Amino acid sequence: MHDLLIRFLIGGVVVSSFSLLGEIFQPKSFAGLFGAAPSIALATLGLTIVRHGHAYAAIEAQSMLPGAIAFFFYASAVSRILRHYKTHALVTTLALMPVWFGIAFGLHTLLMRWPV
Amino acid sequence: MMVRIRLAALKDIKPQEVVQRFLFGGACSLAAYEIAQRFGPVIGGLFLAFPAIFPASASLVEKHHRENVQAAGGDGVTEGRLAAAMDAAGAAIGCIGLMGFALVMWRELPLQPAGLVLAESLLAWVVLAAGFWLYRRRRIDSEPTVLPKV
Repeated sequence: MHDLLIRFLIGGVVVSSFSLLGEIFQPKSFAGLFGAAPSIALATLGLTIVRHGHAYAAIEAQSMLPGAIAFFFYASAVSRILRHYKTHALVTTLALMPVWFGIAFGLHTLLMRWPV
Repeated sequence: MMVRIRLAALKDIKPQEVVQRFLFGGACSLAAYEIAQRFGPVIGGLFLAFPAIFPASASLVEKHHRENVQAAGGDGVTEGRLAAAMDAAGAAIGCIGLMGFALVMWRELPLQPAGLVLAESLLAWVVLAAGFWLYRRRRIDSEPTVLPKV
């Protein structure tokens, strides 16, 4: 329980800090960099290393790579659709979420077949 | 366009928005941990790069920009959505930094002390994200938009 509370507090502080950093920078394209900051990774990997060791955390980091590639395609698709069709931001970001799942788990499956 | 720091933008953020982001960040961290516990580190690792907070932040960017334009007498709907599009374009570039972060963590963690690897990974994110943004900024800034300067 104590471990979960610490994870919650660190996660909250790190994510909201990066989010506030994103608010103060201009132009918006630069501020957007903070939308893909490694906030969840920073919040959890430190504690994971302490609890499970370096090797376990390295496996998580390796799997984070396809997740980040999926995020790249997802954010690019969101940007393109918002720019061209001027759709509602929340609806667009949620509707395109399957893009992340499809690419992340697709790459994950490929890596499982042909491990690096 | 040069990078500027506009601390006055913090005044536009309502306390409940900060609390929402804090709670959401905490919940996402717990979810990532629970997924790793239940399904193992391979699946858990994928969710370290899950865009969990991205829909909420894109929505807030749209809302703040729309309100600023409306305060200046405009409609603000299109401008808000274009601001969210620019924010998402920046996030896509930030993902290149995120890949660098993950790569350094994965390759260096078994070899070096954790604190050093965390610092190196964060540096990789900053250098790659800022570097690619500088490389691409002319193209992003030249995209046809009607963003007003607010």
